[in-house]
Amino acid sequence: MTILVTGILLGGTYALIALGLTLQYGVARIMNLSNGETLVAACFSAWLLFTTTGINPLWGLLIIAPLGFVANGAIYLGLLRPLVRRATSQGMLEVDSILATFGLLFLFEGLMHLGFGGAYFNYQFLAVPFKFLGGSYALNRITAFGAAAAIALALYLFLYKTRMGTAVRAVAVDPEAARLVAIDVGLIAAFAFGLGGAITACGGVLLSTFYTFNASMGAVFTMKALIIVIMGGVGDVRGAVIAALILGVMETLVASLIDPGLTLAATYGLFVLILLFRPQGLFGGAAG
Amino acid sequence: MKYTTSLMCSAVAAVALTVGTSVSADTIKIGASAPKSGPQAGAASAVYWPTLELWVHNVNEAGGLDVGGEKMMIELIAYDDKSQPDEAVKNIQRLTTQDKVDFLAAPYTTGLNLATAPLIARAGLPQIVATGNLNNLEPFVSKWPNTFWLLGRSSDLSTGIVGTLTEMREKGEVGSKVALVHVGDAFGLEMMAGGKPAFEEAGFEIVYESSYPLGTQDLAPVISSANASGADAFVAYSYPPDSFALTEQAQVQGFNPDVFYVGVGGALTGFGERFGNSVEGVMAMGGIDPTSEAYKTFREQQIEVTGVAPDYWANPVVYASMEILGAAIERVGSLDKATVISEIQTGSFVTVIGEVSFSDNIVEQVWNVGQWHDGTFYGVNAKGLKPAAEPFVKPAWSN
Repeated sequence: MTILVTGILLGGTYALIALGLTLQYGVARIMNLSNGETLVAACFSAWLLFTTTGINPLWGLLIIAPLGFVANGAIYLGLLRPLVRRATSQGMLEVDSILATFGLLFLFEGLMHLGFGGAYFNYQFLAVPFKFLGGSYALNRITAFGAAAAIALALYLFLYKTRMGTAVRAVAVDPEAARLVAIDVGLIAAFAFGLGGAITACGGVLLSTFYTFNASMGAVFTMKALIIVIMGGVGDVRGAVIAALILGVMETLVASLIDPGLTLAATYGLFVLILLFRPQGLFGGAAG
Repeated sequence: MKYTTSLMCSAVAAVALTVGTSVSADTIKIGASAPKSGPQAGAASAVYWPTLELWVHNVNEAGGLDVGGEKMMIELIAYDDKSQPDEAVKNIQRLTTQDKVDFLAAPYTTGLNLATAPLIARAGLPQIVATGNLNNLEPFVSKWPNTFWLLGRSSDLSTGIVGTLTEMREKGEVGSKVALVHVGDAFGLEMMAGGKPAFEEAGFEIVYESSYPLGTQDLAPVISSANASGADAFVAYSYPPDSFALTEQAQVQGFNPDVFYVGVGGALTGFGERFGNSVEGVMAMGGIDPTSEAYKTFREQQIEVTGVAPDYWANPVVYASMEILGAAIERVGSLDKATVISEIQTGSFVTVIGEVSFSDNIVEQVWNVGQWHDGTFYGVNAKGLKPAAEPFVKPAWSN
């Protein structure tokens, strides 16, 4: 039972890391390799707010998430839209955007180094035990899981129950056809990219309450997010959440019952299996 | 446009020339290559760079090093090795051939010191390693007699905690059951190679043993398994992020062994601040005598000059490595590399970590284990030095 709860909590953490990326890739068709840097920047922002002004990271979400939205929206409009415009095919856009965001990764990492140096940062927030079903868990992780669930639910409702959300999904499924029904594909893509950034920023804020981070860690998070996004089916919010939970539970199972040293092997093992038997991801449609 | 570009180029060249020539003959050029980015940057910017900066500041403040009656100022040339061996090698090459430095601060971490040793030896420079060690140092030293090992052997560090536990067991303060975990990389394996047999030899029963991948911070399963094993002592050969994560998890799960020990990172000032009162009694790798005047002065100075509070282990060792280099240069009264090396080999040096000397280039005095008490980290186990305090049983987490 403890294993299951720990695993689900870890899954919640992973979902936070991956949700933003799945939106950015699924709708805006940009494989944003600098996604992890947004996450780390949000960690730093939350740390700054908490240590200088004492603002509770949960309130900090209200400040940092809009900033993430604006910053990522601006990146899309300023840097990535030219690539979208000149791309003659989906493949060309993917290659170009991967190269461009790979460059951004180094730019942002360098900027954070300049601002904060390479040192480790962390702070103490809700690091108190929370008794639940006979086990004891960190309250900050429970909070993060709760917030992740709320964000995922809100995102789901937005995508499936609102007109704007339907437009976003339409662009994800087929940008050409979406244009035919009078959807401003460029605008929706920029919006989705910004929204993905905002969600990633939320993930960063919540992670910072229990992770030790420094300016170089972005790539680690991007890697994890990539695995989850691909496992869940690109652009599928439900898939990303389920994949994150499966990964969290499986890693915890392996760590508790077999050996903590094998968690990475288990992660990649599962990844390979999914690629072999369901290359479109757990929830991906046949056409991708 | 063309004109502007070439004008800019000449301006840049002119500036570069001025910088190049502004160094007069009576400065000592010290080169340094260590991580300012990459995975090791977090640790290096805490325990390496500020201390180097402080040493240069202190020496220059005092008017420079006295080299045969002439006062020579220090000029530091520092490069980022991006935590990568190939970059470190390039940096050392550049420092020794292009910048023509007089001496070097040793690189950061075992791996990069090993990678750069051949080049540093070829340049004939002493390499006083303050942030790396090995189990099997002798063959290395006989191959590169210009290397000095200020952290001693890995086994000194990994078995320090065995000594502390044995001492506490003899007093009846702690039982024989040990949970032993380590990070799954070269450092963790090296520590286990020395630590595990030492525990077994000393008659401890290892009731839980496991490793976890480098970079893992989700360590709840490790702590719950260790808790379930009924261990009297928890020993983790860990790195800073995992040292923090293990301690937080132990606290959250109410895992209260009599001895709780983490590896690198536990001696950081930030570690004590992070856990506040609950850090009381936590043990970690490293240590110092925090009550010594030398350390107190060093601590105050580093905070004042760099704004970065030093830790209770690595910062002082890095500082000591530079103190030894400076003292050796002053004693021989010249910048002749070979005589400086032989002075380091044979001399004895009063440093911030105590009086140290080398035997076959390996230091004879090593701080191994420290313990938090009243917000300060006291060395409780040391080889060749008097411990700063007695180890005590950790009280339950105070939350």
